[in-house]
Amino acid sequence: MRRTGTTAIVAVTAVAALVLTACGSSKKTASPTTSASASSSSSSAAPATSAAPVGGATGFNAGVGKVFNVSTQKGGTVTMANGGDWDSLDPADMYYGYEWDFVRLYGRSLLVFKSAPGSAGTKLVPDLATGLGVATDNAKTWTYHIRPGVKFEDGTVITSKDVKYAVERSLDKDVFPDGPTYFNDQLDLQGYTTPYKDTDPAKLGLKAIDTPDDTTIVFHLKAPFADFDYFAQLPATIPVPAAKDTGSKYKSHVVSSGPYMFGTNDLGKEFTLVRNPSYDASTDPDTGRTALPDKYVVDLNVNAADIDNRLLAGDLDLDVVGNGLGAAAQGKVLADPKLQANADSASIARTWFSVINPDVAPLDNIDCRKAVEYAVDKVGYQRSYGGATGGDIATSLLPPLIPGSKKIDLYEAAAMPSGDMAKAKAELKTCGQPSGFSTNISYRAERPKEKAVAEEMQQSLAQVGIKLTIKPFPQGDYFKLYAGKPDFAKSNGLGLMVYGWAADWPDGYGFLDQIVDSRTIRAAGNTNLGIKIPAVDAMLDKALTTTDQAAREKIWGDIDEAVMQNASVLPGIWAKGLLYRPPNLTNMFINDGFGMFDYTTLGTTKK
Amino acid sequence: MTVPLEVIGFGGDAEPGPDDDGARIIEGRSLGQIAWMRLKRDRVAIGGGIVVVVLILVAVFAPLIVKLLGHPPNQFHYAQVNADRQVPIGRFGGISRHFLFGVEPVNGRDLFSRVVYGSRVSLLIGFLATLLSVVLGTVMGMIAGYFGGWVDTFISRIMDVFLAFPVLLFALALAGVIPDSASGVRGNALRIAVIIFIIGFFNWPYIGRLMRGQTLSLREREFVDAARSLGAKRSYILYREVLPNLVAPILVYSTLLIPTNILFEAALSYLGVSVRPPQPTWGGMLSDATSFYQIDPEFLFPAGLAIFVTVLAFNLLGDGLRDALDPRSR
Repeated sequence: MRRTGTTAIVAVTAVAALVLTACGSSKKTASPTTSASASSSSSSAAPATSAAPVGGATGFNAGVGKVFNVSTQKGGTVTMANGGDWDSLDPADMYYGYEWDFVRLYGRSLLVFKSAPGSAGTKLVPDLATGLGVATDNAKTWTYHIRPGVKFEDGTVITSKDVKYAVERSLDKDVFPDGPTYFNDQLDLQGYTTPYKDTDPAKLGLKAIDTPDDTTIVFHLKAPFADFDYFAQLPATIPVPAAKDTGSKYKSHVVSSGPYMFGTNDLGKEFTLVRNPSYDASTDPDTGRTALPDKYVVDLNVNAADIDNRLLAGDLDLDVVGNGLGAAAQGKVLADPKLQANADSASIARTWFSVINPDVAPLDNIDCRKAVEYAVDKVGYQRSYGGATGGDIATSLLPPLIPGSKKIDLYEAAAMPSGDMAKAKAELKTCGQPSGFSTNISYRAERPKEKAVAEEMQQSLAQVGIKLTIKPFPQGDYFKLYAGKPDFAKSNGLGLMVYGWAADWPDGYGFLDQIVDSRTIRAAGNTNLGIKIPAVDAMLDKALTTTDQAAREKIWGDIDEAVMQNASVLPGIWAKGLLYRPPNLTNMFINDGFGMFDYTTLGTTKK
Repeated sequence: MTVPLEVIGFGGDAEPGPDDDGARIIEGRSLGQIAWMRLKRDRVAIGGGIVVVVLILVAVFAPLIVKLLGHPPNQFHYAQVNADRQVPIGRFGGISRHFLFGVEPVNGRDLFSRVVYGSRVSLLIGFLATLLSVVLGTVMGMIAGYFGGWVDTFISRIMDVFLAFPVLLFALALAGVIPDSASGVRGNALRIAVIIFIIGFFNWPYIGRLMRGQTLSLREREFVDAARSLGAKRSYILYREVLPNLVAPILVYSTLLIPTNILFEAALSYLGVSVRPPQPTWGGMLSDATSFYQIDPEFLFPAGLAIFVTVLAFNLLGDGLRDALDPRSR
């Protein structure tokens, strides 16, 4: 225990030393595991400090880079809570990282990130498929084979047609507005929109996917795409039996293909997962799932502060969203070495940032956007997310642990982290608004940290005469009805929109595509809140046909730079999560593929 | 002006006039004078009244008070907050000579200034919403009570409908869709107006029923009969004969309704549907404080105490007023 205490002090000192230094030193405190830092560009300095006790079983960061509390003991119930609600439990309609982590409990996609600590967690392994994809036709055609003997919860054998149907329905963004659009964008659809209007009797009319037999599935793409295996791990490839599909109501009873199935499901309140009797572990040798607990109970729409308190008190096992503790609980954990020994500070492939909306006057003028970039107090942004424990001040959009990221600091985030008012005023003069202007800032009402950001920005921008009106919106509809709906954002003058983004997978394409590609913008449900730069679109296209890995990764850094030059993104912080790991949970580790605890391996000692 | 006969000159506990060698000068005293004398003797009520007056002055002169004793309510003071743990550096939530009630975690805003400014929203909504329900309730209650018959039935049913309405749910739903501007009013002013409307508009049946009952008994009284037989118009009777007799219950009920409305506004703020941040409200401050109560419990006290003291003061004053105006109810 003494060792734990010392560790804690070391860590706190490291954190304290960082408070006023900017990103320069950030990489040194990156958790020892950040897979990317090993493979990534030269800038990652020393291979991380030894904040975590080497080989120690307990202590701060004991769940980073290794498994904490190894166990094979089955049984027990794991209770989780969510401060809001799922986009949807339907695999076709989900986009948060935690949802993808969690969905593996009740669904098997073609591939998944391996459930393993450290860099192994970013590796794709076959799940429903028998192996990684086989590319032919210059990476335009991808073939997978379905593992024999895998069954749905009702005992029906899963065939390639169920996977095809699942992908088909995920294309329908009217019914499933929240899911990613990767398949819409890359498959050779030939005008196909939705299986719900399909004239084919089996509803399998999509020509871009062939199912020559029950165990083979072939994807045909519009253009070569070297990274297609990452698509094959999307929840949209989790098989859906066409006969049981009820469209937008399917979320109330998703037919399981994974180790657990839905016991009860009271939408918006609570659901439980119980063991799926048709799941056969022998068909699941590669993913690392352990399926230890007998049951999962997940409460929804629980007050965020309540979740933290219950976690620390031991009544709750996990905050399923995995963003880390709130400011209050974090302060409590940092102040108490005993609690800190049960915490992990995980670097995440996530940036908290705001979009400076170029649709809203006068921010359609790049110099006005630059004024905002200079004036915002970046230290305040960081403090809103809990100070150095919450993450490092971001100087650009792309998180450093993503291969290809480079040091970009166009707006003096490192030199003048509290804002450069002189430069901001100069930019205001250039854009013809020397005395400032008024605009609005939106954030997700359920998130106190985003509220703190909005209030902080209002203060720092007021110093140069930019007046912000603060507008909270419910997080469940933030992208569907408010910030993610270009018409609404424009007509309501949302000049700044606070949110954050985590890499869909630790790769430049996964991080950038859905937030900077202007061609993904649709009528509602956008995650690109207004970044429209033709050069960036062109670079994304170029990356997709670049088969040389180093050259492709360099493009991600260039895109980052172009976005920053356009000043339509105000980077906030590169996130770290302080995740609490209750002592009764076993087999805990941070999965670097998701940047949070792996939900498919943990167990519990509590009955 | 007509006043209820029972009260005039009775006042068993009214002070006797000055004794002057047996020559008692008998003064006629109005209801108001008598009530005021009784009220003056009720120390608790006077205490409540003083607090109420002070609160009103604080709300009115908030900018001046904050200028003298605090910092602008939305100004950040990072130096007052521990950068690692996001809690105030000083003891007791950072209370010091410069920050009388301490500072807020994370951004270090001056809690004294925020409480002072918060009183404006609370009192404004408390008063105006009360005014709205009292006006509506009195008018409807008098009409129902005086005219009787189908008018009474109709208005009474409307009251029943309103009483059955889930006001809080309605307020939550409506506040969620308040636009940015409507009929020339914008932003927080519009939100405050809508909240005043919701609280005031759905509370009038309580006072309406009370007024209806009072009017029912008043209209059978002799002075009303007299006025009627002299050919007074209905509007004259209602306004000149009935209304003055309703002043006492209106006053008492209003003083008791104000704190209820302040609490209701605090509840709405707590739920996040009142004015928009960073404008301080007591309920909103409480809501923010709940996420810090374990590491910075002092953050809860300023707003919590402000609500407590305000509601208590209004209730004490209201009780005292009722006793003074209607001693039989004691």
